[in-house]
Amino acid sequence: MENLDALANEARAAIEAAADGAALEQLRVDYLGKKGQLTALLKGLGQLSPEERPQAGAQINVVKQELQELIGTRKSALESAAVAAKLAAETIDVTLPGRGQSTGGIHPITRTMERMEAFFGAIGFEVVEGPEIEDDYHNFEALNIPEHHPARAMHDTFYVDPHTVLRTHTSPVQVRVMETSEPPLKVICPGRVYRCDSDLTHTPMFHQVEGLLIDEHSTFADLKGLIEEFLRVFFEKELAVRFRPSYFPFTEPSAEVDIQCVNCGGSGCRVCSHTGWIEILGCGMVHPKVFEYSNIDPEKYSGFAFGMGVERLAMLRYGVNDLRLFFDNDLRFLEQF
Amino acid sequence: MIISEQWLREWVSPDLTTEELAHQITMAGLEVDAIDPVAGEFSGVVVAEILKADQHPDADKLRVCVVSTGEETFQIVCGAPNARPGLKAPLATVGGVLPGDFRIKKAKLRGVESFGMLCAEKELGLSEANEGLMELAADAPVGTDLRDYLGLDDQVIEIGLTPNRADCLGIGGIAREVGLLNNLPVNAPVIEPVVPAIDDTFPVKLEAPQRCPRFVGRVIRDIDIRSPSPLWLQEKLRRVGLRSIDPVVDVTNYVMMELGQPMHAYDLATLSGGIRVRTAEAAEKLTLLDGQELEMDAETLVIADHEKPLGLAGIMGGEGSGVSETTSDLFLEVAFFTPDMLAGKARSYGLHTDASHRFERGVDWQGQVAAMERATALLLEIVGGKAGPLQETVAEDQLPAKRVVNLRQARIPRLLGFDMAAAEVERILAGLGLEVERSDEGWRCGVPSWRFDISIEADLLEELARVYGYNQLPVTPISATLHMPAHKEGTLELPRLRAHLAARGYREAITYSFVEPRVQQLIDPDLTPVALENPISADMSVMRTSLLPGLLSALVRNTKRQQGRVRLFESGQRFLPSEDGLAQEPTLAMAVCGSRFSESWNQGGEGVDFFDLKGDLESVLELGSAAEQFRFESAERAGLHPGQTAAIYRGDELVGHIGALHPAVAKALDVGSATFVCEIRLAAVLEAAIPAFAEVSKYPEVRRDLAVLVDREIQAGDLLANVRASAGTYLKDLTLFDVYEGKGIDPKRKSLAIGLTFQDLSRTLSEEDVNLAVDQVVDSLEKNYKAELRS
Repeated sequence: MENLDALANEARAAIEAAADGAALEQLRVDYLGKKGQLTALLKGLGQLSPEERPQAGAQINVVKQELQELIGTRKSALESAAVAAKLAAETIDVTLPGRGQSTGGIHPITRTMERMEAFFGAIGFEVVEGPEIEDDYHNFEALNIPEHHPARAMHDTFYVDPHTVLRTHTSPVQVRVMETSEPPLKVICPGRVYRCDSDLTHTPMFHQVEGLLIDEHSTFADLKGLIEEFLRVFFEKELAVRFRPSYFPFTEPSAEVDIQCVNCGGSGCRVCSHTGWIEILGCGMVHPKVFEYSNIDPEKYSGFAFGMGVERLAMLRYGVNDLRLFFDNDLRFLEQF
Repeated sequence: MIISEQWLREWVSPDLTTEELAHQITMAGLEVDAIDPVAGEFSGVVVAEILKADQHPDADKLRVCVVSTGEETFQIVCGAPNARPGLKAPLATVGGVLPGDFRIKKAKLRGVESFGMLCAEKELGLSEANEGLMELAADAPVGTDLRDYLGLDDQVIEIGLTPNRADCLGIGGIAREVGLLNNLPVNAPVIEPVVPAIDDTFPVKLEAPQRCPRFVGRVIRDIDIRSPSPLWLQEKLRRVGLRSIDPVVDVTNYVMMELGQPMHAYDLATLSGGIRVRTAEAAEKLTLLDGQELEMDAETLVIADHEKPLGLAGIMGGEGSGVSETTSDLFLEVAFFTPDMLAGKARSYGLHTDASHRFERGVDWQGQVAAMERATALLLEIVGGKAGPLQETVAEDQLPAKRVVNLRQARIPRLLGFDMAAAEVERILAGLGLEVERSDEGWRCGVPSWRFDISIEADLLEELARVYGYNQLPVTPISATLHMPAHKEGTLELPRLRAHLAARGYREAITYSFVEPRVQQLIDPDLTPVALENPISADMSVMRTSLLPGLLSALVRNTKRQQGRVRLFESGQRFLPSEDGLAQEPTLAMAVCGSRFSESWNQGGEGVDFFDLKGDLESVLELGSAAEQFRFESAERAGLHPGQTAAIYRGDELVGHIGALHPAVAKALDVGSATFVCEIRLAAVLEAAIPAFAEVSKYPEVRRDLAVLVDREIQAGDLLANVRASAGTYLKDLTLFDVYEGKGIDPKRKSLAIGLTFQDLSRTLSEEDVNLAVDQVVDSLEKNYKAELRS
């Protein structure tokens, strides 16, 4: 049986040295196959005495099993190495940029209006739009601004003909809403408005969001509450808000609302002209004459309206320092939003 | 309205700093726009007298002056043309500091020593006047600090008055507010009637009493107009922004600033017959004080004498009848003109004056007599003369009616949200000059003649809120009945569409609604756009009939700024004139140029083409689940390439266009010709279908591919529609997966490769079922398009 040991050693070394699956298979055939060397040894057992036979047979089988296991182990090792090599060869640079269309974006004015619509929409305000080329009646008269009223001069109106204008504010939309709907009403009217004025701080077109709430018990205190809440939500911070008496022909009492400067926190800076306050919107209780124009009973209903310049809100929110950038549509500006 | 703080404090002087006072009136609705010192910051400047002024030996324009400050004399070299012996002028002494931290030192000018500097107004920050030295009054006390002498520690407060507060267009009106806000009495000047020294009068006739119901006049004879106004008067006027003209005009301006009553002074010698307050005759001419000649319309109210018009009533006096340095007899006017009748008149002549500003907003209709007495007394003091009796001509029935407004106590909490104590209500209303009387429901309030803005209850509520303080009023969190607003699933939300385009690489633009006519004509030559009567500029003068001009201009601006790749969209109204009137149509437009993708290591730099834009548009149309309702047909549209343009239909309705920019238009706009645009009515895009479930088949699909040769002119869209119609009901999906023209096939033909997918809901389709369907397709294509099957 000494050649069994020699054979076993030779086979172990060969299995260990096998470079790939094919070599390993060849070794299996050579040693363990039907005509393999170990099989030959088993076949030669018959020449031994019956006493020697069981022991010799057992020894050969131990070797056979061992070799089978060694081949199996070597095979898995070779397969793993092959997979590892394949994976290594497939490595890519994952830091390279991805493929496809880059993402664009929406205009900061639209973005601002969409936020406002979302805030007011969440408490039940409906979004309503109206014509931009508007008649005299809706833009002025029904808002208690008769012809020759000094307030008309403040509007720098664009005329299409003597009775047709580019709307100077979004307030005519509230008139249209009151004409066609019954109170209670809760609407906001976003859109473009036009004034014949162009300089560093004025563009001939800009955007407003008008709001109107009419029901049987709304008061100036409700108006203050709503505006203060909106400004907190819009700027996402607690900020001081003050209401200053003002004059709009279509509201009474009328107020202009200032917020503590969002840039300096009220200590005074360039943004707030060193006053610590920034004028942000106009509002007031709907004037009884406006109700009369729209056939709403001012004894039964009360309500309030507010209007704000979207550009101003967007400038404060995003720190934009030049109004004219909004309409220049420079991609380097638009890409920031 | 510009006031001087000192002047206001003569009337009422609360214990507040300038800033506190400004804040207080701002919060009461008189918004302070600016506070400026009446003079620059300077020190060491005294009143000095020039004793001698000799020519500088080495400089033509300089003089060597000997200047006295009382105790001392100095040698001063001065270049001012008005430096002359006897003149009193401000002297900045050595060590003094002028505005801008300019320190005065001993200096040598062309070899002559100078010990200080004689100053012009501009150098002291008093005004812009810089032509010569500031000329001080002959009685100015030499040696006195100029700040003390002129009372320069004063502030100019500029108030941006709202048009309803005409009552505050005089110091007195603002003093009334300040008094009420601080609970202080107001010390108005005592105005006594002037006892006439002569009997002379000048006749006045009100020929348009509804427009001018009151005219107060007075003759003053033998005045001396030659000496300038006293310093106090000049200084007060200067601080409220008025230049000193002559003592008579200065007094009328002073009374206007003090009492809010515009006045006019005529040279009596130039008037003939009497005053007629009448409407202008058609095409009547008048030359105004400022030299401007007007042709008046018949709606214009004039002050005239028996021969000629003298001035535009309530707006501006005329040339030739005003006071001059030779005037010795005056006729003074203080009138009331009805605001409604005067409104807009000044503007129609391109004028805006201190007088028209006040009359249009409303001048106290009972204040004319007091203003006349005040002006007369001041004039007698300053220019002397003998006053005639005060002449009041009045049409009582045409004066504004005395208004009484009821205030119901219950309306206060109803509108302001809280109960104001009755005593507080009465204090505020009485403090504003209302005659307040209790009534069953609240109060009856007589409105004073200076408040044109109080005529209904809401006006009183506003006054209560304003004086009480908006920020003292309560705040309540808003509450309302909860209800879910309507949400139309059949309408695509615009924000969703915008977000979708942004996700596909588009940037939203917002362009002006008014565009350049030239560009509008390139895009819509057949439309006459709505034009503005008063555009801001020629290139923003017509309302857009398409979003493309604006969007293309934005695109050009970007390409000129080296942005090679531009993808923009805009949504907004366009303005389409039509026979049925003007349509203001919400529209979506897109424009692209440059490379298909951003420059990258793994994507080619090939340019965009028609199908990139079409694909993006189709993806938008699919948002509303109704893409199959749209179809594209080759078409022509102005501004677009005739061979690369499609009309977009939804059903039978033309809703938009897509195409390449016409090379000629691209050249005119200076954009690259590979620019693609589309424009579509937003309503068509936003009308969405609500999804409806369809059964999903569990049987296998069968796919057959066909390649057919057809003439190049055959449109794939038509051919596919034909396939769809002829393939039978099992056809589930149809794709065009290859289009080939060129080598290997007839040059007049093209090859289209079509994939047909068949499936049935109830069974596995047999070979025969599919073959039959394919045969039908092939037959139809052969018959209708002379198609040949490629093998």
